[in-house]
Amino acid sequence: MAFLLPRKKSAKNPEDRHPFFDQLEQLWRNKTAVAGLLVITLFVLTAILAPFLSPHNPVEASLYDQIKPPIWAEGGAWKNILGTDDLGRDILSRLVYGARVSLLVALATVGIAVFFGSFLGAISGYYKGFWDNIIMRFMDILLAFPHILLAIVIMAYLGPGLTNAMIAIGIMYIPRFARIVRASVLEECEKDYVTASRSVGARDWRIIFVAIFPNCLAPLIVQTTLGFASAILDAAALGFLGLGAQPPTPEWGAMIAMGRSHILRAPWVMTFPGIAILFAVLGFNLFGDGLRDALDPRLRD
Amino acid sequence: MKYPGWHYYTHSMLAYIIRRLFLLIPTLLGISIIIFLMMHITPGDPAELLLGERATEPALEALREHFGLNEPLYVQYGMFLKRLVKGDLGETIWTRQKVWVEVKQRFPATIELSIAAMVISTFLGIILGIISATKQYSVFDYISMLGALVGVSMPIFWLGLILMLIFSLHLGWFPMSGRLSVGIDLHTITNFYILDALLTKNWAAFKDALWHITLPAFTLSTIPMAIVARMTRSSMLEVLRQDYIKTAKAKGLSPRVVVLKHALRNALIPVITVIGLMFGILLAGAILTETIFAWPGVGKWLYDAVLQRDYMVIQGGTLFVAGIFVIINVIVDVLYAVINPKISVQ
Repeated sequence: MAFLLPRKKSAKNPEDRHPFFDQLEQLWRNKTAVAGLLVITLFVLTAILAPFLSPHNPVEASLYDQIKPPIWAEGGAWKNILGTDDLGRDILSRLVYGARVSLLVALATVGIAVFFGSFLGAISGYYKGFWDNIIMRFMDILLAFPHILLAIVIMAYLGPGLTNAMIAIGIMYIPRFARIVRASVLEECEKDYVTASRSVGARDWRIIFVAIFPNCLAPLIVQTTLGFASAILDAAALGFLGLGAQPPTPEWGAMIAMGRSHILRAPWVMTFPGIAILFAVLGFNLFGDGLRDALDPRLRD
Repeated sequence: MKYPGWHYYTHSMLAYIIRRLFLLIPTLLGISIIIFLMMHITPGDPAELLLGERATEPALEALREHFGLNEPLYVQYGMFLKRLVKGDLGETIWTRQKVWVEVKQRFPATIELSIAAMVISTFLGIILGIISATKQYSVFDYISMLGALVGVSMPIFWLGLILMLIFSLHLGWFPMSGRLSVGIDLHTITNFYILDALLTKNWAAFKDALWHITLPAFTLSTIPMAIVARMTRSSMLEVLRQDYIKTAKAKGLSPRVVVLKHALRNALIPVITVIGLMFGILLAGAILTETIFAWPGVGKWLYDAVLQRDYMVIQGGTLFVAGIFVIINVIVDVLYAVINPKISVQ
């Protein structure tokens, strides 16, 4: 990515302007991307400021407040703005802390996938031949498991829990990052600067990670943003199935699963976490789409 | 330049199909290795995993003997593979049924649900995509593309519950769960209930099966529908810019004919690949949808197996689903090459 280079001092002449600023401007003009960024900011701030934002303790049960409706419904009170669940826990507080869990899961899973995926993809694309074949066949095999099935099977052996869910989803996402990085590295390898680096005697790992890799960041950044969206969705699905976060952790998917048994009597218990998931995922998808338009002109409609 | 004759294409097509089929072998072997290793790398005694915690020591020893669990790993894998080639997926831990028999019973339910979801998502997705492309930047375009983005961001297990809350619990229009009402008699031939009802001309069962499949199929169709709509739109926009469309318009053909007869045929080529890739999304989505609507398919069966720690079912079921998925992908690739011969020639 070009923006890792130092900024040029004289930007009076538009010709001298760094391409990064054009991309930034493009991104800023894209209304959906800005909307997505707003949602993401809100989500991240909620996660960071959770202790200050939540009115109650998210895991504290209260015998007297069981199944209270939200404020606008009959019987609602200011004490629990979005009502309470069957153990009398405040839903708003659980949603706020749930943002923390989701953000953590998304960071961890995408982190695992980007790290291993980039490494394997870069090796594959740079050395080609034998190692490329081995690594890419392995990625194909991981992709042969339809989406979340791989995570569920890994969870069946590792046992339920949030950490295991992160590992399972992280492994599941490695191939998509490996493929993207490999494709970009293959393309970059043909360029003159790689030959130049080689001719001055740079070592392979230096050429790969210092010279080539920064130029492959554009598609990687787009895929990372979209990866956050699917990580939140998949972690919630595992939580809903009872394989992810365990009670009393305030996790959105697990909250929906809990609310399911009171779906008629207290529909709000399962409704609000779903809306929270939808908004968080939508935010990353909107921003990811905008980023793709700004950073990767080839994919522009 | 001399134009290559038709036999050139059919020849290279055949070579392409054979190459794709050959590439299936290492992938299928890889899947079996991963599933085999998962069982043996994870801590704990595989014999105990397979028989459950309540198994007696002689039973465990008999199983170790039978599966050769005392042999070195590669010998064990060889035996595992040999059983697989014979079509033996083992027995379930709890019901002592052949895993293969259970797969055969449940798989039609999953395929029926997936096909229903696919029909809904392809049909509605293509229509939405065409209208959005022909009216680019209109209100309809913005709303349907925002809708598509919401669709891919939707937790479908939540959507399923909301649909159930509104349409079954409050309005009472659709049933909450299952494939058929109690008391409806259906002579099953293929285990695809809709097809069976048609074959036996059992109209009561036909209506009942359709009635049961509506909500789960709609739930499962959201994400693919959104993907198809976006894909159709962008591919349609690209085709509409091309010269032959201008020619068709200049000839004075009505816009409807230009779009539906001239543009659509070319615009659908990339959409077909996406529809093929959808099977993965559908099979994965089936786990969540089937769990919510108590749909007796492979997805719910696998999930129940995970909860009950029935590793024979997990092993056999995963192998089966992943194998089917890989084979479907090859079929889609081949079909795609048939539709678009440029691929195989390259």
